[in-house]
Amino acid sequence: MAFSNEQLERYSRHIILKEVGAKGQKKLLNSSVLIIGAGGLGAPAAMYLAAAGIGRIGIADADEVDLSNLQRQIIHATEDLGKAKVQSAKETMNRMNPDVTVDTYRTFVDSENITDLIKDYDFIIDGTDNFPAKFLINDACVMAGKPFSHAGIIRFKGQLMTYVPGQGPCYRCVFKNPPPKDAVPTCKQAGVIGAMGGVIGSLQAMEAIKYLLGVGDLLTGYLLTYDALKMEFRKIKLPKDTSGCAVCGDHPTITELIDYEQAECDMH
Amino acid sequence: MKLTVAGEVKEVQDGITIAELIVQEKVETPEYVTVSVNDEFAKSENFQTQVLQDGDTVEFLYFMGGGQ
Repeated sequence: MAFSNEQLERYSRHIILKEVGAKGQKKLLNSSVLIIGAGGLGAPAAMYLAAAGIGRIGIADADEVDLSNLQRQIIHATEDLGKAKVQSAKETMNRMNPDVTVDTYRTFVDSENITDLIKDYDFIIDGTDNFPAKFLINDACVMAGKPFSHAGIIRFKGQLMTYVPGQGPCYRCVFKNPPPKDAVPTCKQAGVIGAMGGVIGSLQAMEAIKYLLGVGDLLTGYLLTYDALKMEFRKIKLPKDTSGCAVCGDHPTITELIDYEQAECDMH
Repeated sequence: MKLTVAGEVKEVQDGITIAELIVQEKVETPEYVTVSVNDEFAKSENFQTQVLQDGDTVEFLYFMGGGQ
């Protein structure tokens, strides 16, 4: 596939980079990323990945655009209120870059649908806002051998890590089981500064792009934390030994996907 | 003795346990924090008894659930 003149110009700032080049840009155009959650994290991630010319981007979310979303979910605008988030996201991405095929899944992920959803994508981005979904995405990606970026944001803080099969700990290695419902506050309960999604979601897009290009060092084996009030990033090394993990360890005890709900209180 | 806690060198009393350090450091939601000591996960059931040694590196890893 040769580049059109329009593509050469559109991606010129990528193509000029020695880590990307024409070859790398083609790789991106032939790649696919699934973004689960079209919200604070998913919005900037989706926009940068669309602009970067990721050939196929899937976006999964069951919600509609609500006024309280617009303080941070920059892929949606005031005129999108009430529209399905995946539709609003698709329209923005296609306006930005018609090269990109956007597949929309108007659903919440669960143990029934996630394996099918992730199977045709090269990289997964967790942009969800709750622990049951975060553990589900982790377990499904581990079981399917898919790389993914995990992230969380709250108040003035954010953090992310990258899982690549065989290259370091998974989310469950670090956090074991979801905390009981309401034991750890969510954005809705505690608030979040809108730009935090921009910072952390963009870092997730960056991890996806690096993975797809095969360049640089990923956040495998590290948790990157960001404290905006202290204006401090920390790259925390995670323990290497994953052998005892319930899902990615040597003798996994979790071999089926779990839909954590209210009953998660008993799980920790 | 000295520990490196979340990247900062701190003077703490000898024989401090992980559970005591959690209190001293005012860790948020202490029941749900993950602790690593010298690049190994500490088991939460050992927090009360596991004594830290001079020069140990301790990290607190927190659940962060938001995103939407």
